[in-house]
Amino acid sequence: MRKFLKRFYLAIVLFFLYVPIAVLIILSFNAGKSRAKWEGFSLTWYAQLFSDKAIMNALYVTITIAVLAAIFATILGTLAAIGIHAMKKRPQALMMTLTNIPMTMPDIVTGVSLMLLFLFTKVERGYVTMLLAHITFDTPYVILSVMPKLKQMNKHSYEAALDLGATPIYALFHVILPEIMPGVITGAMLAFTLSLDDFTISYFTTSPLVQNLSTLIYSQARKGIKPTMNALSALMFVALLILLLIVNRRSNKAVDKN
Amino acid sequence: MMDLHLPAWAIWVMLAGLAVFIVMFIIILRRNHGVKRSMFSTPYALWMIIFTIIPCLLVAYYAFTDANGKFTLDNFISFWDSNHEMNKELANLGFDPAAMGFTRGMVNISTLVYSLWMAFLCTVICLLIGYPAALFMAERDFKLGATLVTLFIIPMWMNFLLRTIAWMSLLEDNGLINTLLVSLGFSRVQLMYNNSAVLLGMVYNFLPFMVFPIYNSISKQDYRLTEAAMDLGAGRMLTFIRVTFPLSLPGVVSGITMVFMPAVTTFFIPRMLGGGNTEMFGDLIERTFLTANNWNLGSALSLIMMVLILLSLGLLRKVDPEGEGGSMI
Repeated sequence: MRKFLKRFYLAIVLFFLYVPIAVLIILSFNAGKSRAKWEGFSLTWYAQLFSDKAIMNALYVTITIAVLAAIFATILGTLAAIGIHAMKKRPQALMMTLTNIPMTMPDIVTGVSLMLLFLFTKVERGYVTMLLAHITFDTPYVILSVMPKLKQMNKHSYEAALDLGATPIYALFHVILPEIMPGVITGAMLAFTLSLDDFTISYFTTSPLVQNLSTLIYSQARKGIKPTMNALSALMFVALLILLLIVNRRSNKAVDKN
Repeated sequence: MMDLHLPAWAIWVMLAGLAVFIVMFIIILRRNHGVKRSMFSTPYALWMIIFTIIPCLLVAYYAFTDANGKFTLDNFISFWDSNHEMNKELANLGFDPAAMGFTRGMVNISTLVYSLWMAFLCTVICLLIGYPAALFMAERDFKLGATLVTLFIIPMWMNFLLRTIAWMSLLEDNGLINTLLVSLGFSRVQLMYNNSAVLLGMVYNFLPFMVFPIYNSISKQDYRLTEAAMDLGAGRMLTFIRVTFPLSLPGVVSGITMVFMPAVTTFFIPRMLGGGNTEMFGDLIERTFLTANNWNLGSALSLIMMVLILLSLGLLRKVDPEGEGGSMI
């Protein structure tokens, strides 16, 4: 009985979390435009999706920015983590504080402060500024995912490699990097998803001419969201789910083999 | 080719910086000895100075200056008294604002108080719903625990604006819930455009941030401690109160931070579900910057927000000095 009540409670909480998602997916198959009335099953919105220029543009911006920001942030953050790890205590503490600042700042303040930077330097806001902003908020998360792996590593293997004649760059790629790879991959994935989902910071650092999916949804929200948007988000949701299942199955297989 | 929209000098400065940096890096890397690994973090340090430190200083600069760039405290006075600018104009024109019945404007202060109150309620509700959920999932004999945690993450993959809008189609006057009520013979209920709708949207969006850290800190606990407590004669309730709960406090603290901070500053949820009747501090900052175009007051409001957050973080550090609260990652 006790067990049943606990499971039941968890089921209710999860139900609460999934209701709006179910609603969105169901509405994407609705023949009519209404948000509330079911007018029959249809795939029209999915068919129209690919000819909707605004959505396709926003999708392009969202994905290219997420990929580019993740790549840049991963390189910048991994190098930074290796550097910070090798520092003495004082500068290390300073750098970690620097890393924590953007993570504790509310998104809106980060967005506003970057907007002021671009306004102050008279750099017109658009694709590049949004990319710069995304790299900025992604990098600390990469550092925080790489750091634990560096701490687990043997302190002396890098110096040993240098003593044996490796150049620093060779040692970086052949000694340090293989050991911290899991952390680097986690960091890159985290950066990618954070950037994919960001609204507030993008909103302040781009112009209405260059929109990602979030800012496009925001600008449509008052007039009413087009059902094509529901179709797109349903597709993206399913794609991410499949990706998760594949990753899971792979890691399970790896475990089995060992 | 994409138009970069950058002024020419900015491009030159960036290219020159990049060139200097690449040359430096190559020189450093080609030498075998005397290379310090700590140099690897130089690009990051430069990046953070340009894109975090300088922007923060700019916020402070705008907050303490007026539109002409002169030092002033007017922005902070305007925060305290939103009629300040107007009253000053009136006084300049030779009127006495107090005699005309214009008193202190409370708009900004009451928005802040309202936001803090809503964020507080949201945090409490998240804690009340989230703690039991995390506790049940972290139980040792519950094999599905890890899977369920993933189920808590998956909804966050759907764009949060769309999820909030989906709530609108549930709560609207002609929405699903009301249609259901009417078909069951009840009368319609006004569900949207009030505090509870905003609160619902906030709890919905931030609940996972409360569940993860608590789940982490409970599942990390040494199970033998609870067993020992039980062996020594403590009942389930006493074990929970004296052992499990105190040990999970770091998780609770980081959960509270992770819910409270975004809740104070959210500006999409109240605008959609509150329909503009319920302005929160995030909305106020956004509106001051983009609609009223007052960067100085907007910066002052942002600065106040930042200070408040830092203060509350400092307070929480006192409760959890190790900063050990199991984070999301």
